[in-house]
Amino acid sequence: MTEQIIVAGFGGQGVLLAGQILAYAGMEEGKNVSWFPSYGPEMRGGTANCNVVISSDEVASPVVVDADCAIVMNKASLMQFEKNVKPGGYLIVNTDLVDIKPTRDDIKVIDIAANKIAESAGSIKAANMVILGAYNACKNVVENKTIIKCLEKIMGERKKHLIPMNEKAIELGKEAALAQL
Amino acid sequence: MAKELMKGNEAIAEAAVKAGCKAFFGYPITPQNQIPEYMSRRMPQIGGAFVQAESEVAAINMVYGAAGAGARVMTSSSSPGISLKQEGISYIACAELPCVIVNIVRSGPGLGGILPSQGDYFQATRGGGHGDYRLIVLAPASVQEAADLVMDGFDLADKYRIPVMVLGDGMIGQMMEPVEFQERPAVELPEKDWAATGWDGKSRDRAIVNSLYIEADVMSEVNKKLKAKYDEIEKNEVRVQNFMTDDADYVIVAFGTIARIAKNAVLKAREQGIKVGLVRPITLWPFPADAVDKISRQVKGMLVVEMNQGQMLEDVRLASEGRVPVAFYGTTGGIIPAPDDIVAELVKMKEGK
Repeated sequence: MTEQIIVAGFGGQGVLLAGQILAYAGMEEGKNVSWFPSYGPEMRGGTANCNVVISSDEVASPVVVDADCAIVMNKASLMQFEKNVKPGGYLIVNTDLVDIKPTRDDIKVIDIAANKIAESAGSIKAANMVILGAYNACKNVVENKTIIKCLEKIMGERKKHLIPMNEKAIELGKEAALAQL
Repeated sequence: MAKELMKGNEAIAEAAVKAGCKAFFGYPITPQNQIPEYMSRRMPQIGGAFVQAESEVAAINMVYGAAGAGARVMTSSSSPGISLKQEGISYIACAELPCVIVNIVRSGPGLGGILPSQGDYFQATRGGGHGDYRLIVLAPASVQEAADLVMDGFDLADKYRIPVMVLGDGMIGQMMEPVEFQERPAVELPEKDWAATGWDGKSRDRAIVNSLYIEADVMSEVNKKLKAKYDEIEKNEVRVQNFMTDDADYVIVAFGTIARIAKNAVLKAREQGIKVGLVRPITLWPFPADAVDKISRQVKGMLVVEMNQGQMLEDVRLASEGRVPVAFYGTTGGIIPAPDDIVAELVKMKEGK
């Protein structure tokens, strides 16, 4: 099993963190993982993205060209990464910030109003968690409970009070995706 | 110890701490800034020294001083910064002092860009500075290996009294992978009786750290001594990893992170029925010439893949002595080669184009 994921959006949407949590959760579940961020000049105020590989084998290339799933949190990311999804793969789109439709018909497109759903969970900042929940509904590479465990580790005592809200965001994201599967 | 998810740069820094590094001198440059950042936090915790120097030239000369006093010492930088350090590295090589120098290579020449590159292969493997010297050059392909090679690097530096360079790239510095710092068996290393640690006038001769030899015959003796040491290292310390080479008709030769991408290409090419293997030099100097020579007697062709315009290519051609065609595929500017592009080169090679 090798799962290759691209997570992309604006700097500040938590896309790098979302990818890190996926990698972290994969590691916790005994898989081999890698997380590779874009760190070029385009990050400054522009788009940010990361490549995550979760595999039962040794991870060969950490660079994702043929993604099993691309998560695009804004329009620029859709335009950049739609082509990188493998035929039959998933494209998860944050429809709150994407006003165009994907053009390919050989991939599965999941529309998630991540910003609105995150607001209903308690904070727009949890849009990345909504999208992680949606991803997990589609692929189930890692367990939601492992993601929560990793969140607890990453957030520490000081931000512990934010866990239930993030948990809710993941749950709502999952429901929104399941409705389309 | 449990596995931790760490950035390559952080893992390199922690590995140095675990290896007993007690002094770090550096100057900021992307994409290696997490190394000094991490060291600025960790060195005070272990009673070590961290100095953000006024320049790369100052930093490498602080390394020279600390190494001369017998401390385990490291500096890190990225390509343009490493160029600035070359004078000091040459002095350290001549004075036969151990230290570890990390180069997280970015694209160049000039100030270049901050994205990954392997454009510093020539500089690293040919010494880099002036004069007739070598560095041991280690090229990790994963975050775990980066950590392991930093620890090995300190031992090799002490064993041979030589500067060791860990040559990564922006990819290895910035990516996160699981790392485990395992207990390592103690390595027997020579006493640092040459270190300038203060002289009491009787118990031993004065320790003199020097790289100036005005008289021809004295300088020549120093050169001969260095050469004997380099010969010894070439004999003992070559490291190389072969992947699926047993039945290979063709091999890719690639180092560092690009070897990982080449691995994907090997698997893809095999799906298309081309029997390809991978030879990955881990020590870039000493270069695994014997391994390349051996495989060149087995295969029909070799493809060197690098993130530069063909540098290790020269060593592969030298080692294979024209027995088989050696083709090259390279990317520059921070563009990372894609497995499909490498496979396309292999197909071309197979078809004799």
